Amino acid sequence: MNRKFLAAVLLAAAGGAAFSATAQDKVLRVVPHSNLSILDPIWTTAYMSRNHGYMIYDTLFGTDAHSKVQPQMVHSWTESPDHRLWTFKLRKGLAFHDGAPVTGEDVVASLARWGKRDAMGVALMTFVERMDAPAPDTFRIFLREPCGFVLEALGKPSSNVPFIMPKRVAETDAFKQIDDYTGSGPYIFKRDEFKPGDKAVYVKNPKYVARKEPPSGTAGGKRVYVDRVEWNLALRDVQAQANALVKGEVDVIEALAFDQYTSMSKEKGIKVVKPNVGQQYMCRFNHLLPPFDKAAVRRAALAAFDQRAFLKAQVGVPELFNACNSMFTCGTPYANDAGSEIMKMNMRQAQDLLKKSGYDGTPVVLMKPTDLDAIGKLPDVAAQLMRQAGFKVDLQAMDWQTLVSRRAKKDPIAAGGWNMFCTAWTAPDIWSPVNNAALDARGTKSGWFGWPDDAKLQDLRGKFMRETDSGRKKKLAEAIQAEAFADATHAPLGEYQAPVAMRANISGLNTSGLAHIYWGVKKN
Amino acid sequence: MLHFIARRILATIPVLAIVAVLVFLLLRLTPGDPAAILAGDAASPAQIAQIRANLGLEQPIPVQFAIWLRHLAAGDLGESFYYKVQVTELIAQRLEPTLSLAALTIVFAVLVSVPLGSIAAWRFGGWFDRGLMGFSVLGFSVPVFVLAYMLIWLVSLKLGWLPVQGYQRLAGGVWPWLRHLILPSLTLSVIFIALIARVTRAAVLEALGEDYIRTARAKGLPESRVLVRHAIANAAVPIVTVIGIGIALLVGGVVVTESVYAIPGLGRLTVDAVLARDFPTIQGVILFFSLVYVGVNLLIDLSYVFLDPRIRY
Repeated sequence: MNRKFLAAVLLAAAGGAAFSATAQDKVLRVVPHSNLSILDPIWTTAYMSRNHGYMIYDTLFGTDAHSKVQPQMVHSWTESPDHRLWTFKLRKGLAFHDGAPVTGEDVVASLARWGKRDAMGVALMTFVERMDAPAPDTFRIFLREPCGFVLEALGKPSSNVPFIMPKRVAETDAFKQIDDYTGSGPYIFKRDEFKPGDKAVYVKNPKYVARKEPPSGTAGGKRVYVDRVEWNLALRDVQAQANALVKGEVDVIEALAFDQYTSMSKEKGIKVVKPNVGQQYMCRFNHLLPPFDKAAVRRAALAAFDQRAFLKAQVGVPELFNACNSMFTCGTPYANDAGSEIMKMNMRQAQDLLKKSGYDGTPVVLMKPTDLDAIGKLPDVAAQLMRQAGFKVDLQAMDWQTLVSRRAKKDPIAAGGWNMFCTAWTAPDIWSPVNNAALDARGTKSGWFGWPDDAKLQDLRGKFMRETDSGRKKKLAEAIQAEAFADATHAPLGEYQAPVAMRANISGLNTSGLAHIYWGVKKN
Repeated sequence: MLHFIARRILATIPVLAIVAVLVFLLLRLTPGDPAAILAGDAASPAQIAQIRANLGLEQPIPVQFAIWLRHLAAGDLGESFYYKVQVTELIAQRLEPTLSLAALTIVFAVLVSVPLGSIAAWRFGGWFDRGLMGFSVLGFSVPVFVLAYMLIWLVSLKLGWLPVQGYQRLAGGVWPWLRHLILPSLTLSVIFIALIARVTRAAVLEALGEDYIRTARAKGLPESRVLVRHAIANAAVPIVTVIGIGIALLVGGVVVTESVYAIPGLGRLTVDAVLARDFPTIQGVILFFSLVYVGVNLLIDLSYVFLDPRIRY
């Protein structure tokens, strides 16, 4: 009896290896930048849901590392001479994880759902008269009038990405979450192994047919060299993440803490890399409430803001930040410095501007998130600089979730309103005048918080959306930025590169900075 | 006895009802909108409003409460706003890591602290007693995360004996399960060793001063028998009470340890739910914790009957 019991215990003890992946499997163990909770990348703009989407879904177009849109599921396409009919042919071999072929009808349904949720999708749909699928491998988009960002929208690399889902899934109400995670991407989601707050598992899609081009950004061949990717959702303490990487218990940390950068860069067996494009910090004014209902007061705040002060305090590592006076991410096609003279002023000039603005001493309610290290120091610096300029600042501390709830309020301060908050954006979310949410200037109808009301800015954005010539689009982007600085829609506070740390035996990791994606990764 | 148990079980109903009402109301009165959190950073106010409507948060609070209560009566804790999974399923997923950690911690703490506290009382005023008191002060004073990082540095990074982080389910094997829990349990047990050892020392010390101990010694019983059979046995009630409270605390209050060691337990679930304003999950978890507290307290009360024959219900 005792022997039997001992044998059972030993068997159970040895059984660990058979529990999930087999020992021969190549498993890439990743610590993502946040927790994965919502599995519908169209329903939410959360970056973790977007990254989950890239694992299991494919896209019609991708954006390469040079910010150029490249075909992905699409084989070829034509544009009618009047720019109103776009015809796309899908490449051969596309299939969903359940074996069904990807058809034009799946594409049309997916684009229709995405077009109800995504800001750029909504903008595109204002041009779209109808879409159809005349053949299984073809879909068409009929436009009411020429639109200058059709491919940009279809190749949009960040939230919400127009992922292609099976028609039956894409027909889900856009305001309800899907519960079928069948995609056609390079990985298959293991729903049975998903433990919220613990781990998410993806296995290689053996039937995926990759493009022949090398991977670049979200474009190119999505070749998979590992059998499984496991996202460790429980490992969120930054020191514990670093320890686990050093010990070899994880392979990749998506977002290495800035204060770990120097020590991890010197660690043997660890590589730390910077993405190609940066993310941008910004402070947003509430244009509805005093004192920021006046452009002159907002411009005085802009003049007071010294980007280097923000970047030194928040990032601290000089090689990980750079000042950037463009409202479109520096190093991307529409980046320019039009109208940015206000950002180059000194404190004395800011004080003069504030005196001339008619500022009456109304305190600025500045919301500070206490639980978000990534942006938590920005409000402190903003408050100090504004006080030096002559503002009265009421710095209110709260958790991020309270902040995101409160910023949706248009009420006066006494009823829970606000004047200012700071945040950060990934490059693709702000690099175009179409999807840069901070430039939506439709007043209270604006798609993002702060609600600037600037008819000229809106007119310029409308022209940009209709323009099909790339040279003229760049000129319009400059005009848009100049007007945005004149109106002081928001304050760009400089850019940073969030470093990625990995074991030395990992190669091929995508460092485009567009999204965290895991095709092309090799583990030796 | 049965009457007492029935009375205590019935008494849990108003306790749970009060907890349910308080948690429900506090959550609704706390700033923070689950819809804004769910929608993501770039969502528009219109999208947030649509999500809020879908979640039923636009309805008056009494209506929301009535709906929740009706589901609760049917044993349905609802679906997590955040994860779109039944709250009962979420709790079930997180229960094993938490119970494993709590059980191992308390077993280790009791095995170490009760003998230490008893010996300290037996050798009252000696170097062992003073050493234990010093350790107790240290055990109470060192923050859990400091101890955790020190142990990780020494045991995992320098010696390479145990993993740095993570949890392996028991179904995956006893040794993988155990080796992932040794460090977290050791970390957590230090404060409980300090607490239980002090309580044991005080209780045994008091017992050792009783007349029956003098009688036992006068009868010529060996000192070890006097200590174990007479002193410790009679000091068991306060010790068991502290152990019981420790178990209840361990089930819900080990967030720091769970974070440092990346253990997906109930503590971490609670914090995530609070930060995300995931109302159904918070309500479900708090109710569950209340049930655990009530249950553990009932068991402690019942254990008194066996530990002290003078106690009758």
